[in-house]
Order: sequence, then structure tokens, then C-alpha cells
Amino acid sequence: MFEIILGAISLGLLWAIMTIGVYITYRILDIADLTVEGSIAMGAAIAAFSIFNGMNPFIATCLAFVGGMLAGLVTGILHTKLKIPALLAGILTMIALYSVNLRIMGKANLSLLRIDTVFTPLENLGLSPTNVVMLFGFISVMAIVGLLYWFFGTEIGCAIRATGDNPQMARAQGINTNNMIILGLVISNGLVALSGSLIAQSQSFADIQMGIGSIVIGLASVIIGEVIFGTRNFFNCLISLALGAITYRIIIALVLKMGMPANDLKLFTAITVAIALSLPVFKSYLRPLKKSMNGGDL
Amino acid sequence: MKKHGKKLMTAVLVAAVIVLGAGCSSSGTSGTKEESKNATIGIVQYVDHVALDAAREGFVTALADNGYTDGDNITLDIQNSQGDQSNLSTISDRFVSNKVDLVLAIATPAAQAIAGKTTEIPILGTAITDYEAARLVKTNEEPGGNVSGTTDMNPIKEQIDLLVKLVPTAKTVGVLYTSGEDNSIIQAKMAKEAIEKLGLNYVEVTVTNSNDVQQATQSIVSQCDAIYIPTDNVFASAMPQVQSITSQSKTPVICGESGMVESGGLATLGISYSDLGYQTGLMAVKILKGEAEPATMPIEAATKFEYAINGAVAEEIGLTIPSDLSQYVITAK
Repeated sequence: MFEIILGAISLGLLWAIMTIGVYITYRILDIADLTVEGSIAMGAAIAAFSIFNGMNPFIATCLAFVGGMLAGLVTGILHTKLKIPALLAGILTMIALYSVNLRIMGKANLSLLRIDTVFTPLENLGLSPTNVVMLFGFISVMAIVGLLYWFFGTEIGCAIRATGDNPQMARAQGINTNNMIILGLVISNGLVALSGSLIAQSQSFADIQMGIGSIVIGLASVIIGEVIFGTRNFFNCLISLALGAITYRIIIALVLKMGMPANDLKLFTAITVAIALSLPVFKSYLRPLKKSMNGGDL
Repeated sequence: MKKHGKKLMTAVLVAAVIVLGAGCSSSGTSGTKEESKNATIGIVQYVDHVALDAAREGFVTALADNGYTDGDNITLDIQNSQGDQSNLSTISDRFVSNKVDLVLAIATPAAQAIAGKTTEIPILGTAITDYEAARLVKTNEEPGGNVSGTTDMNPIKEQIDLLVKLVPTAKTVGVLYTSGEDNSIIQAKMAKEAIEKLGLNYVEVTVTNSNDVQQATQSIVSQCDAIYIPTDNVFASAMPQVQSITSQSKTPVICGESGMVESGGLATLGISYSDLGYQTGLMAVKILKGEAEPATMPIEAATKFEYAINGAVAEEIGLTIPSDLSQYVITAK
């Protein structure tokens, strides 16, 4: 049981990077960006292909990050320069990336079994695969949280946040909102692709279909994180996102652990996530109840 | 109004607790009992699908026929990722942490996920086309690790020969498959080679998911005299739609496996996934008895292939079945 939770935490940490990427577009820029379904597989595809052909896994992972940024750039240009609605721009890039990813890998599934990945140097130190992923994921997430916390405090970072909060006001302040939207999409999809490349290396294969449903997982993780772990300030938000992604994975692990009939897995995942999300409502419902039990008036 | 809302909320809360409680209690009976005494076999299936289900059932039958019955002297832990690859990792963690004695992985991503998590627990795969390309084994003859199993590679050349036998006038063969499925790509490549070798032309059209099937089929029927579809997860589900188009254009469709013929294809010479699962089960029995290890067990292929011909479809497109094949006509819808 303990090991399953550890496995869920390590996987959750890798998905946390993707969740933070989704947060940047969904919350900061206020755009639902569907590019991520393509860019997560793109990160996996670039990393898997490069590593498979003998490239240093760390460089391959960086390449994946750059590839994701390019995907974000395309969506950004479609949206801001060509005036295509954000949702559609994301969908277009996502569709296009399916072919691009097939081109990158040359086939639909690329295996990384028995090939050195970014996790191998740590594994050679005698750590178990799960612990390696956890350690690596933890350091990566902390580094990314730190960098983003710093970045969104700089002038340009603040400009991105202002663009999402109130575009008219941002423009009035002399901010080029179009450029800020593009920059946000670039950072977001870079992170998503980075996450995809790490997931592929940890599960030891990249598959063209691995992006399917990822936006739903990302959004669910964002909201679970916000609801359960709070949004008091930006730093708290970023930590909540990571915890949200981990929580989502633990929920799946628990649902699997319960030994549900396979066909009901998705239903129970949905129910469990719904319960997690409605916790604040239950809390606010229990509060007056307590008060009334103490003799207070409703 | 406010009170009403609270009642509703209570009802929801109670319902949720009951549902989750029921889930927990059911796991108590199916899961962990006597794990220490009996061998536990973890089965991880990538997605629900007639052929994959048949392979799983064949595997369980083979175990039962050799005296290994679930709940009696072995415990089966059957998990299905519902087509969500990120769940495969969690399922693999579960097997590794429960220290199962053997894993059956059904379909390529499932085998890759579990093989990435353990190099000790014996893993048998089934419904996997190419173990070497998936890097699950060093070579098919001598796997050299903890993975072995059965391949669902089709007799593709023979299937193309069957196509020519049934449609001797065919000059151009359409090849239809899903671009995102590695197994389909491998088979399509072999099919194209076989077609060219016979001096025929081919056109290929691919789909990305079931939403593209109708247009892809419509586009291909206008360009070819007969269609070949390999074993393919998308087309396995979408055969009725293919049939609705090919029956109008009177285009014969040769498929990769018999399930697809039953649901609308014309004919196949293929493997039976149930038999393949059974064969994998026999390999499992050897491992459970300690007679063999995956490292030295070659990847096994199906030993017998069966014709299946859909009589109703043949009638629809006005095709006469040669008399030596008439015994294989099945009367599915």
C-alpha cells in the first residue's frame, strides 16, 4: 500500500509540472488552451526519439522543453496575430501536433526500455526507480516553482498577469497584451512538454496517444489543488498545484487499490474527484451546524 | 429553500459514503486473502476490446485447465487501464508493491509499463505484435530478461493471397489502418510489400480515430477494387460503419482477424485471440511450476490459423465463395 502511494506521489510530481503549465494559461492568462494534449505527447516524442538515437537524456529533455515552447508559439500566433479564438487555436495546434509527433518518432510507439534516461544516473547510486523519480520530480518541481515565483514577480511577469486579469487596463498601461499572451502560451507549453518528456522516460515509452485526456487531468489537478490546498498568495498557489496533481494521482491509485470492476474505473475516479472538490461546500455546511449545536441561531 | 438544499446535500454525502464503502468492502473479498500462501497473478489489460478480452479469457481458461483456479489455489488481480496510459504506471506500481508472482500484460503499452517497473517479476505478454521493436526482449528467440509471451502477428502474406483468391480481378488494393497504432503500421507495411510482390498496386488511407472512419472509407472505395484492414483497434470497433459503405460500393474487405469479419468484413485467415491467450496461459503454467523462465522462453506465435468468411456480406456484394472455402462461411449478421 505504502509503495503504491509512493508511486502515485512520484508520478504526481511529474504531472505537477504539466499542471503548473495548465495553470499559467487557464488561470493567469484566462485561456483554456487545448494545445497541451499535443504538446505533452510532443515532449515525450522529442525526448524519446533523441534518447533512442543516442543523445544525452538531459539535452533531450531540454529539447523537449524547446519543442513545447514552439508549439505554444504557434498557438499564440494563431490566436493573437491571426485572430483565431483561443480555444480553436489550441485545437488546431493539437490536431497538427498529432502528425508532427508521428513524424518526430517515425512510428506510433517508441520504447525506452533498457536505455539510459535522466533517471539512470540516480538509479546507478542504488535508489529504487520510484524513489529516483520522486527525488528528481521533487527537485524539478521546486526549481520550477522557484523560477516561476521569481519570474511572475518581474516586470514582464507582472505584465502577463495583468494581461490575464484585465486586458483593457493592461493595454492602458502600455502593455502589449498580444505579446504577453504569446509568452504565456510559450512558457506553459514548454512546461507541459517537459512534463511529457519526463513521464515518457519514467514509464519507459512514448506513445502517440499519451496526450489523450491530459487536459482533463491537468484541469482537475489545478482545481483540486486550489480547492483543497488554498490560493492565499501566488507562492501558495504554485505549491497547491503540485499537491493537487499528487492528490489526483493518489485518488486514482486508491480507486485502483479498491479493486473496482475495471469498467467502473472512470466513474469512480469522477465520483472521488467530485467529492474532493465539494469538500469546501461540506465544510461551510458543517460550520453553521456546529454553531446550532452550540445553541447558536441559524 | 435553504433547508431543502441542506437535505439534498446530506443525501449526496450519504450516497457518496455508501458508494465508496461498497467499493472498499468488495475489495476485501476479491483482493488480498491468502496472498501469502497462493501464487498471485496480476493481469494488466490496456483497454476493453473483444480481441483483448478473448485473450484474457483464454489465458484464465488455460490456467484452470491445468489446475490453477482463481480463488482456489491462485489469486488473479485483473486491472484495466481503460485506455489511459498514465494509469498503467499506477497499476504496475500496484503489482510490484503487492509482489505478484507473475504478470500477464495484454497489449504493447501495458507490457512496456510493467517491464519498466520490474526486472524480476516474470512478465508474459499477449496481443503484442513485435516484442523486439517494443524493446521488451533482446531477441524473439532468446528474450534474455523477465519478459516473454505470444505475438499476435498475422499471416499477412496468406491474407493477401486470400484476397487475390477471392477477388482475382483486383488490380488495386486499398490498405486502411490507424496511423497511431504501431502494430497496425507494421502490418500495413508488410501488407504493402506482399501486394507489390504480386504485381498489384496499393493505395493507403489512414485514420487517427473512429471519427475519421467514414470519410476514410468513402475515399478509399473509389480508388481500389478490394480493401485490406490489419488487426487494428479503431477498425475493430468501426467495422459496421465500414461495411455500410463497402456494401454499397460492393468492395470486398479482407480483415486481420475473425472478430472484424463477424462485424462486417468479408473474410480473413487469422489467429484466434482466445487460442493465443490459452497458449500464453500454458507458458504461465510452466513458469508457475518452476519449469521455465522468461529469459529462455522464445516468443511464441499462433500455431494454427483459421479462415472466417462472412456469408451475408459475400451475398451483399455479389461474390461467390470458392467451393473449397465454403465450409468456413459463418452466418454472423
